[in-house]
Amino acid sequence: MIVDLVLWPTLAALLWVNRRRPLLWPLVALALLLLFNRLFTPGFFALEIRDGRLYGTLVDVLNQGSKVMLLALGMTLVIATGGVDLSVGATMAIAGAVMARLAGVSIPVALGGGLGVALLAGAWNGLLVSAFRIQPIIATLILMVAGRGVAQLVTDGQIINFEQPALVYLGNGSLLGLPFTLALVLGMFALTALLVRRTALGLFIEAIGDNETAARFTGLPARPVKFLVYVFAGLCAGLAGLVAASNIKSADANHIGLYLELDAILAVVVGGTALTGGRFQLAGSLVGALLIQTLGTTLYARNVGADVATVPKAIVILAVCLLQSPVLRAKLASLRRPAPTALRKEGSV
Amino acid sequence: MTPKFTSRLLAAAGLFASLAFTSAHVAAAEKPVVGFSQIGAESAWRTANTDSIKGEAAKRGITLKFADAQQKQENQIKALRSFIAQDVDVIAFSPVVETGWEPVLREIKKAGIPVILTDRAVKVSDPSLYVTFVGSDFVEEGRRAGKWLVEKTKGQAVIAELVGTPGSAPAIDRKKGFEEAIAGQAGMKIIKSQSGDFTRAKGKEVMETFLKSPEGKSINVLYAHNDDMALGAIQAIEEAGLKPGTDIVIVSIDGVKGAFEAMVAGKLNCTVECNPLIGAQLFDLVADVVAGKTLPKRIAVEEGIYDQSQAAAALPSRQY
Repeated sequence: MIVDLVLWPTLAALLWVNRRRPLLWPLVALALLLLFNRLFTPGFFALEIRDGRLYGTLVDVLNQGSKVMLLALGMTLVIATGGVDLSVGATMAIAGAVMARLAGVSIPVALGGGLGVALLAGAWNGLLVSAFRIQPIIATLILMVAGRGVAQLVTDGQIINFEQPALVYLGNGSLLGLPFTLALVLGMFALTALLVRRTALGLFIEAIGDNETAARFTGLPARPVKFLVYVFAGLCAGLAGLVAASNIKSADANHIGLYLELDAILAVVVGGTALTGGRFQLAGSLVGALLIQTLGTTLYARNVGADVATVPKAIVILAVCLLQSPVLRAKLASLRRPAPTALRKEGSV
Repeated sequence: MTPKFTSRLLAAAGLFASLAFTSAHVAAAEKPVVGFSQIGAESAWRTANTDSIKGEAAKRGITLKFADAQQKQENQIKALRSFIAQDVDVIAFSPVVETGWEPVLREIKKAGIPVILTDRAVKVSDPSLYVTFVGSDFVEEGRRAGKWLVEKTKGQAVIAELVGTPGSAPAIDRKKGFEEAIAGQAGMKIIKSQSGDFTRAKGKEVMETFLKSPEGKSINVLYAHNDDMALGAIQAIEEAGLKPGTDIVIVSIDGVKGAFEAMVAGKLNCTVECNPLIGAQLFDLVADVVAGKTLPKRIAVEEGIYDQSQAAAALPSRQY
């Protein structure tokens, strides 16, 4: 089948290119999971063209996974500075609620309003963390708890529906046969990668995450950079919120983005970025997010009950995390050859 | 103490006593004072429930002491104790959780105040701690959805089921009732059953996967444990190029406004009502309790079942 002809060589090439890089293990896990589905889950790889767009479970994985992928981009930078943003799920709910509320006014106003409040939410977190030096986990916990209430206020506690084609397109439309959300994710990824890898910003972020005091003494603008990464996480959460609301053509303030902050953190960690800050893996986070979504969809497709579905999910995640643990890998290496002299220095994306 | 002062004191005490007597008398015979502790305001359904109770009390001129527990049992226990202190005539409440009510219910019993439970039940060792429990019968709701489906499909159906949040009472009971209703039908079987967590987004996501499975093409009925999941699934069905309501017959539970709109548009076939508007029924029961009538321990809420033919007529009057 065409899917096989495209997918497996691509995966093999990716694995080969990354054989010496931290991206390897999440890619291996994703490849194994896909292989498992290829062999044992009938219909998982079935693709057809319906209404001029690709239609199939793999396409759903990309579309449904886009929210966590977007969140993971912002979360990666926040975690790289040694912080964490727990409020992204609630920010999604606020952005979706504002968009639905303003849907009747005009499309630019609705989109701008949704993204605007998300930027504000990010700026609020950034302010608390950088100017008031509140611990990130507490600073963002505030908005995580309060944000859903704000979203409820915006929607009056009701589910608000909207039908505007442009807003519906955002989460359901297709571009060149593929979900538009995929283009959105790739666009945001390219933009972020450009910002952090083609300017000194990425280096600043890693330096701050490694040792903030040292970074400040060398003259890095530590606080503005920290402020900015939270604003960026807010923007990503806003986009994810708009996609989530668009997906179901309504703003469900109670449930949009619920617990997704945890999936985003998981995606970042599985992707090879340490929670302690410093070096980060932007592409790894995307692979991590894809892995989580593929797992979820696999469990639906195999009819695993939701009450036990968390167990296989936890096992796969645990396996990936263990594979990445430097301690475990050093132990495994020492089993193979006697007394390793030094751990190989790992390259980055 | 001067005689003058004593006589004043006596007069004041007498006045006070007579006042207290008349107010107690009026309360018992005419307009009882009712204390109601609500779970919170977590959904449109709950808000409609609260409005119905408040509205009915105002209509009947009953003094209602309303307390919102904001999803916390400790708030609810505090509210119940304050009702005892205010010596209300009847206490009604929707318990946040099932257990842990024995001590406070004993205090209420000692104070001689009758208790009516609404919407959710409690687990207590001594059933005399409350008078009656009025609330939806989730098993019956599932049963009615199943019965409607048996009639509609004449016993021939390949069913996909969107289950509620795993472990929640409505999810367990609605599944049980539905399975009971279709048990005798050899031509009806549930081929897919998965949780959509009572939300639109999950309902859509799970339905997408159902439709793409190899058996997906044979699905011709969807049973969703609530309307929101059905509304999400409808979008997945449309995106698959199928006609919801025609290619796939859809039955769900709750009877929210969105479900009626979908029925009018021909995309949903039937919704079994889970009625939050219990105000009138509740205050009828309060009157019965105050009049000293004996009531059954379990009273079901009056609930309807609506299909497409009734949807347009019922839509304007839907309050939630």
